[in-house]
Amino acid sequence: MERTEAELIAAVLQGDPASFEPLVQKYSPRVFATARRYARRESEVEDIAQEVWLKAFEKLNSFRGEAPFEHWLMRLTVRTCYDFLRGHQRSRELAFSDLTRPEADWLERFVAQPETAPETADAAKLLVGRVLEKLSPSARLVITLLEIEDRSVREIAGLTGWSVPLVKVRAFRARAEMRKILLKMATEKYL
Amino acid sequence: MNIAELQKKLLAAARADTPDDRVPYAFEKRVLALLASRAGADKWVYWTRGLWQAAASCAAIAVLLGAWLFFDPMASSNATDLSQNFESTLLASVDQSDQAQ
Repeated sequence: MERTEAELIAAVLQGDPASFEPLVQKYSPRVFATARRYARRESEVEDIAQEVWLKAFEKLNSFRGEAPFEHWLMRLTVRTCYDFLRGHQRSRELAFSDLTRPEADWLERFVAQPETAPETADAAKLLVGRVLEKLSPSARLVITLLEIEDRSVREIAGLTGWSVPLVKVRAFRARAEMRKILLKMATEKYL
Repeated sequence: MNIAELQKKLLAAARADTPDDRVPYAFEKRVLALLASRAGADKWVYWTRGLWQAAASCAAIAVLLGAWLFFDPMASSNATDLSQNFESTLLASVDQSDQAQ
């Protein structure tokens, strides 16, 4: 008979680390999908996922069981991704000359006729990835959670540990930061 | 160029790009192996951490005692007395031979 999550967690806490394996198996897809939002290289994604599970094991005694284990784990995952972003801050400048040919073509098409530039195009996906990489860690996190994953401010506050007003302020600043990056890139080419 | 429109379009592109949830083969085994190796290493970590803490406390006590001896006027006057006593003891025989002559 398959053991429940609560039983598995209780067994791990009583010193049976093997009971942790089914939990890792069950929730790793979600952890990996989240990590892939913030890290591009697969080695970085694996490092984040590994870090999440090591932290989960270490902090398992702080899991009270009031909320589902998945929620607790996602909070841990988001915070680990944020730590990763803070540790890997890249240069904030994005020049038009940095763009690949398809990205530049997509942008040219958008300038000529905005409605004909499809958001489903691979070039658009690559371009937005590049823009997100230039954002500050907090801006990237809040844009990803709020605008891309479509989460509520309250949910983001729960995931990040920030207060609701802080999430709102950071969301406002993040959108402005993104616009600034786009403006800088556009100014170089079109203005 | 309409920057707000571009931002909207790019965010829509990001929303359309659902990340892959693929997990590397035997990832859970790797995590468990790491946990097992960490459990072994942890004992040594506690031991070395304890040693370092003991060394740091000893160094702090040595510095405090040194500072106390250096700045304490009583200690420095005692040190002078000691050196004078030592000198007179050492030269006592010379003094005695001088007096005898």
